[in-house]
Amino acid sequence: MNDFTQRRIEIAAISVDSTTDSQKLSQAKGYTFPVLSDPNAEVIKRYGLLHPKGAEDGHDIARPAEILIDANGTVRWENLTDDLRVRARPGQVLEAFDSTIGK
Amino acid sequence: MKRHNILLWAGFVLVLLALVTYIPIFAVFAITRDVPWVNYLLFSAGGVFLLLGLRRAFGHPQIYGGKILGSILAGLSLLLFALFCVGIFYISKAIPASETAVRVGQPAPNFTLANWDGKQVSLSDQLKDNRAVVLIFYRGYW
Repeated sequence: MNDFTQRRIEIAAISVDSTTDSQKLSQAKGYTFPVLSDPNAEVIKRYGLLHPKGAEDGHDIARPAEILIDANGTVRWENLTDDLRVRARPGQVLEAFDSTIGK
Repeated sequence: MKRHNILLWAGFVLVLLALVTYIPIFAVFAITRDVPWVNYLLFSAGGVFLLLGLRRAFGHPQIYGGKILGSILAGLSLLLFALFCVGIFYISKAIPASETAVRVGQPAPNFTLANWDGKQVSLSDQLKDNRAVVLIFYRGYW
């Protein structure tokens, strides 16, 4: 987390969960970054990351992804996993930042 | 009185362990999340115990019991291992292709969404005071 602050990288998590669910998650895990609610998946759709009927109950949800955006608002790196279990680790994101946006 | 064929139960318990410890293990050791080798090892150890137990049961039936029980436990174990493989190789890959996603080099669509504390957070605000923003999209319901 410190490595992110040092480089002035902000994190934001996005899902279709309600603010109440996100609050539970953030408080349980002690997250200090925003955990945002996109209940109708509008932002998720804008990013092309919709997983239609992906939830157990048939709702639309987000497919997992990590996206690095620079200060100009340009996508500089992304991890679009094809396996739910395999997500980017913090080290990979830092590496991507160092090699694209720089220290 | 035949001797208990403890290997059979030991093998089955290992298989059960292999199945239920996948999530706890990768929660602690993130490295095992991508390739769950600890669980593969447990499955293999369970398999070896079961095979040895079965060999005893069928090779020395006058000393060891477990022909029927062993076969049932071995069958169940195979089924559980198959379930684990389905989860690892099929269910967890059942997500849509990423062709529609924003591409590297494209502008990231701006947005304003509610944080859990009720505050509105927008991408442009986050970018103002920082050198970069990492968006983590996740499925939710965890």
